[in-house]
Amino acid sequence: MSLLTLDKLSVTFGNFRAVDQISYSVEAGEVLGIVGESGSGKSVSSLSVMGLIDHPGKVKAAQLTFMGQDLLAMGEKQRRKITGSDIAMIFQDPMTSLNPCYTVGYQIIEALKTHQGGNKKQLQQRAIELLTLVGIPAPETRMSAYPHQLSGGMSQRVMIAIAIACNPKLLIADEPTTALDVTIQAQIIDLLINLQQQKQMGLVLITHDLALVAEVAHRVIVMYAGQIVESGPAAEVFSTPKHPYTQALLASLPESAAGKSRLMALPGVVPGQFDRPSGCLLSPRCPYATERCHEEVPPAQGPLTRQVKCHTPLDMNGSPIK
Amino acid sequence: MKQTILDARNLKQHYQVKQGLFKPDAHVKAVDGVSFSLGKGETLAVVGESGCGKSTLGRMLTMIETPTSGELKYGDEDLLSLSKQAQARLRQKIQIIFQNPYGSLNPRKKIGAILEEPLVINTKLSAGERKAKAFAMMAKVGLKPEHYERYPHMFSGGQRQRIAIARGLMLDPDIIVADEPVSALDVSVQAQVLNLMMDLQQEFGLSYVFISHDLSVVEHIADQVMVMYLGKVVEHGSCAQVFEQPKHPYTQALLSSTPQLAAEKRRQRIKLQGELPSPLNPPSGCAFHGRCQYAEDQCRSQMPSLRSLADGHLIACHLVNQ
Repeated sequence: MSLLTLDKLSVTFGNFRAVDQISYSVEAGEVLGIVGESGSGKSVSSLSVMGLIDHPGKVKAAQLTFMGQDLLAMGEKQRRKITGSDIAMIFQDPMTSLNPCYTVGYQIIEALKTHQGGNKKQLQQRAIELLTLVGIPAPETRMSAYPHQLSGGMSQRVMIAIAIACNPKLLIADEPTTALDVTIQAQIIDLLINLQQQKQMGLVLITHDLALVAEVAHRVIVMYAGQIVESGPAAEVFSTPKHPYTQALLASLPESAAGKSRLMALPGVVPGQFDRPSGCLLSPRCPYATERCHEEVPPAQGPLTRQVKCHTPLDMNGSPIK
Repeated sequence: MKQTILDARNLKQHYQVKQGLFKPDAHVKAVDGVSFSLGKGETLAVVGESGCGKSTLGRMLTMIETPTSGELKYGDEDLLSLSKQAQARLRQKIQIIFQNPYGSLNPRKKIGAILEEPLVINTKLSAGERKAKAFAMMAKVGLKPEHYERYPHMFSGGQRQRIAIARGLMLDPDIIVADEPVSALDVSVQAQVLNLMMDLQQEFGLSYVFISHDLSVVEHIADQVMVMYLGKVVEHGSCAQVFEQPKHPYTQALLSSTPQLAAEKRRQRIKLQGELPSPLNPPSGCAFHGRCQYAEDQCRSQMPSLRSLADGHLIACHLVNQ
């Protein structure tokens, strides 16, 4: 049984579909990468798994289950027991996601107390253990530090400590290293992957850094304007992309353009609320778009393990199949 | 060798920091002795982690801040000893593009007013001439004429960065200091903006000082690369020298921590322990010794000076022999 299963999940804000019928599943011990540009709905879809979509946002799904339990059908109280303990999340900006008014120790203990309980001494002990686990030097003294006294990397370690406090089975990391320097990014990613392997967690890594996903993820999902346009094993998707959008994203990376030549750039931007095209959402920007693409919404095709949402998916050489 | 257009010698920027009533003021050496020369039409990339002084360097080059000491020459003229009027004249020749296009454009001004403001301040052009110039520049950077009457909030991040670039170019500068111009943008938009910057460089013969922490972007765009650590230059060479044969342990670590898409390009990860030390209390000797895997006694006590290797590659490390 999959850890987390989403089937046709949509998140709407009024008339705007931020996430449009996406389906995926996460297995235990797996690293799933979700990539896409800003506005493609990667964060909103994970927030909906956590139950963090506020009014006026509405979440609808044919299925949203965690280890066989239906998350949408259960009551608020019961769901809260699962989120934060069995499903945990790490947010993008560590500097603003920690509460500046409380010490680091207090915030870790808060998570522990809510979900596990225990006496003061045990909680304190466990919090120090967690800080040691995430590689914070002198954890005993750091317990009484406030978030502003920590650097970005240290704050992110604290966030990770809070997230793994209750031994979650699924960890969702939403751009965990975007605000950090490369050397610190490498440290944090190593830490996350080590913890994931140690505890055999499912890890959903949301990022716009394609190279990062290529290095650590087993499977990858590419999102565009709220839809999943391509999914499959990371190595395959990156070596032989089938969707023109994936191909364009990869080609626009500076490392793909050898020498000092022009970069391949996809013209235009992700469509917003008011400029959604009819047919395929990529059609105005797609170099291979045909008339059919402008009129008809393409279905997802291919086997479940390697899906692509395109009328004319690309072949092994990167040109569209007619 | 191309004609040198900007020449910096031993630039320093030290800030005084109050530590309390009875303690002496501390000094933060934000930039401590940086020298380089920039040729016409060349791109110098400055890389390093946050807090290494790269933005401060950019602010000194554009004369937003006056250096504590050092020499800064534009052509034959010494920028630091000139009169106020002469400085104002030369300031037009060195312009800056800021990192965050959401913060650097005045939300209450229309695009037209934003673009014309430098002309109003620095030239005696009539309103009609200014408008014509603004339209011409907007066309160059890929904005449409109807954008003239719009406000910044109506634009996406990539378009805003185009506006910021257009504003920087309004006074026909020779040098553009670009402070992380693409780090707030998505990859496909980043490629558009980088292409634009390279096109403009060819068209106007611009020289860029390109401040960035993204090494893959730097590898694509730079001629010279300068790696900074805690206010000092640790390695400086041509793009090929630095990326193909990085000599300084810090540069090697930076390169190895950058995620790579292609598996064969991935380097053995050098794990850097810890973070950038506090500039208030820098370590003795080589500032990097606390995180360096090769550090010896000499590194802990003696500060390495920047020396030239046989091929003109500059490096500040005791242990590198040719």
